Amino acid sequence: MPAFPAAADASTRNTQLRANLRHATHTIRAKRATAVAELDDWSSLRAAGAAIKDRTLRHLDQYLEQLERAVTAAGGHVHWAADADEANRIVTELVRATGEREVVKVKSMATQEIGLNGALATAGITAYETDLAELIVQLGDDLPSHILVPAIHRNRGEIRDIFAERMAEWGRPAPEGLTDAPADLAEAARLHLREKFLNAKVGISGANFMVAETGTLVVVESEGNGRMCLTLPETLISVVGIEKIVPSFQDLEVFLQLLPRSSTAERMNPYTSTWTGTTDADGPRTFHLVLLDNGRTDTLADTVGRQALRCIRCSACLNVCPVYERAGGHAYGSAYPGPIGAILTPQLRGVQSELDASLPYASSLCGACYEVCPVAIDIPEILVHLRERVVEGGPVSVRGTRTVIKPAKGHAAERAAMRAARWALDHPRVLRTGQRLASRTRRFHPRRLPGPGRAWSDTRELPKVPEESFRDWWRRTRGESGTEGRKTTT
Amino acid sequence: MRVALFITCVNDTLYPQTGQAVVTLLERLGVEVGFPEGQSCCGQPQFNTGYRHETEPLVRRYAAAFRDYDYVVAPSGSCAAMVRDNYPRIGAKAAAEGRGQELADAAAEAVPKTYELTEFLTDVLKVTDVGAYYPHTVTYHPTCHGLRMLGLGDRPRSLLAAVKGLNLVELPGADECCGFGGTFAVKNAAVSAAMGADKARNITATGAEAVCTVDNSCQMHIGGTLARQGSTVRPVHIAEILASTEGNVW
Repeated sequence: MPAFPAAADASTRNTQLRANLRHATHTIRAKRATAVAELDDWSSLRAAGAAIKDRTLRHLDQYLEQLERAVTAAGGHVHWAADADEANRIVTELVRATGEREVVKVKSMATQEIGLNGALATAGITAYETDLAELIVQLGDDLPSHILVPAIHRNRGEIRDIFAERMAEWGRPAPEGLTDAPADLAEAARLHLREKFLNAKVGISGANFMVAETGTLVVVESEGNGRMCLTLPETLISVVGIEKIVPSFQDLEVFLQLLPRSSTAERMNPYTSTWTGTTDADGPRTFHLVLLDNGRTDTLADTVGRQALRCIRCSACLNVCPVYERAGGHAYGSAYPGPIGAILTPQLRGVQSELDASLPYASSLCGACYEVCPVAIDIPEILVHLRERVVEGGPVSVRGTRTVIKPAKGHAAERAAMRAARWALDHPRVLRTGQRLASRTRRFHPRRLPGPGRAWSDTRELPKVPEESFRDWWRRTRGESGTEGRKTTT
Repeated sequence: MRVALFITCVNDTLYPQTGQAVVTLLERLGVEVGFPEGQSCCGQPQFNTGYRHETEPLVRRYAAAFRDYDYVVAPSGSCAAMVRDNYPRIGAKAAAEGRGQELADAAAEAVPKTYELTEFLTDVLKVTDVGAYYPHTVTYHPTCHGLRMLGLGDRPRSLLAAVKGLNLVELPGADECCGFGGTFAVKNAAVSAAMGADKARNITATGAEAVCTVDNSCQMHIGGTLARQGSTVRPVHIAEILASTEGNVW
């Protein structure tokens, strides 16, 4: 996977992709703004959401133990996974123990994050995605490019072609003469998926929330496919990040207002499913909860970066991000694209790879993401914080142990330039000399810059250096006495 | 009250006419301003690229340069936001690293007196009509740091609306970033250029003669993109519009 700038360079030139993304993100951002404006107490809800998450994160160990006790008491089994490999191993073994070779899946970011489908395939188990967009991605042998709408980069015509060409390989084929009308596409997916729901003995899900006091898990969705997977199979395995916990059932009141309005711009999502252990003659007989760390404890150890663990995966930040809109989700090289991906991925995976080190720079720091975030994650603050980690290294937590990392490679020239610039700026006489030199040589300035500056002058005209800096103008017109400032009154 | 100009390194070096307009405007409004030569750059390029430690001397320099003043006025939303939002963070981090309270004290001194130009006009001087005359059709691009970090709101627009002869036209997608973002423009050149191109097209489509901002840095990126597209729309800093009067249009 190339670093973000290279991947984004390619996607900005894909005009179909840009048109698809622009249409989709602009539509949903406008709807979201309307849905949010309906609530007078949105800013209080946002503050409450942030406060509940922060308090929970401060006492995460206690809440997780409380959750484990509650889930176990309700007849479920709790497993702890330190990383992706361990989580995949646990899930694979649980599926194998049932003797099944096929599972149906509820759309889940946690299982995307750990690459569960690939791990199951290696073990000879086929995982069927049942969310419409995830189905499109799976049939198209593609990767998700958005948190809420994984197939946002595809238009109707492309989806029709994928269904017509690929559905038969995965089960029931698409109907003859399938058109690209939304109702036809939905019906084709419905028929294809119904077969899977009715045959599956094992379901795999994530969860939007876990309630510590009751051991209840919650999935919020639009299509109802998730509820089918959660209720029809005999065995349910839920893989959930440890940060998804809230202390009490009452806390859901806040999040079930924040999430749908931020995410799908709906007042309430159509399906909210909750499950607590197992119940006789209703739903799965066996329930397993796999609690996933995979870098979350390390993220928690960082006092600035830990805000990212408040995220409720609504994707509002993607829909307003001008960088996401042009680069597309794939350029982020992770299950988490957009602004939240730019801060979450480098924290979960570290900043040692070229791609991960480039992600904190995938932003113009315009702040639109922070403005829409329903749990007030200051994404620009964390981006800058992580940039410092990339260029200066410093203390971090790696698998629970404090360590000091070195700066990422490839920043030596930049560091030297920044130091030189700082030195000049900290010596105004040097700055003045530089300005005068630039003014005197202005006739000879090239229209195209060499080196890294080429990136500027390839697409933009350079500003003309003036004959005289402000500093010199002030001194010429006001004299030396003016430089100290005058006693002033209005 | 003692008022100092913080002219910012970009204005100083590349857009001195913006600084001159600020001086003209403030003096017309009866404010005598000082320009302490010890000032240089707010440190934003270093800080936003990850070089926090390189920023620290510039925080100290800023506090020292403006120590004797009650107000510091900057014709840049971005640089004012750097001081107000990030100086306290830089101070707090230095203290947390066991290096004392000196930077936190410098930040505490600098933050409350630092104003972006339009804030200073509307909040401190309490003027909306500054007696300006600018007979042109203008569209306004609210730059991100002014809009979101400082929360300038309607201040620049209300100042423009009071300018005689000025025809203010709406900019579609006004609150979307122009794509400058400091070193972002070079580090993610393709995305930055794509954002700039969309912004420039929107600006040209308004039919305005000039596009007004409160930041020379965004103006540099927007102006460079407009020029490359062959557009005749002229980028202009709000100070230059507000400094204009009948017989002396900036």
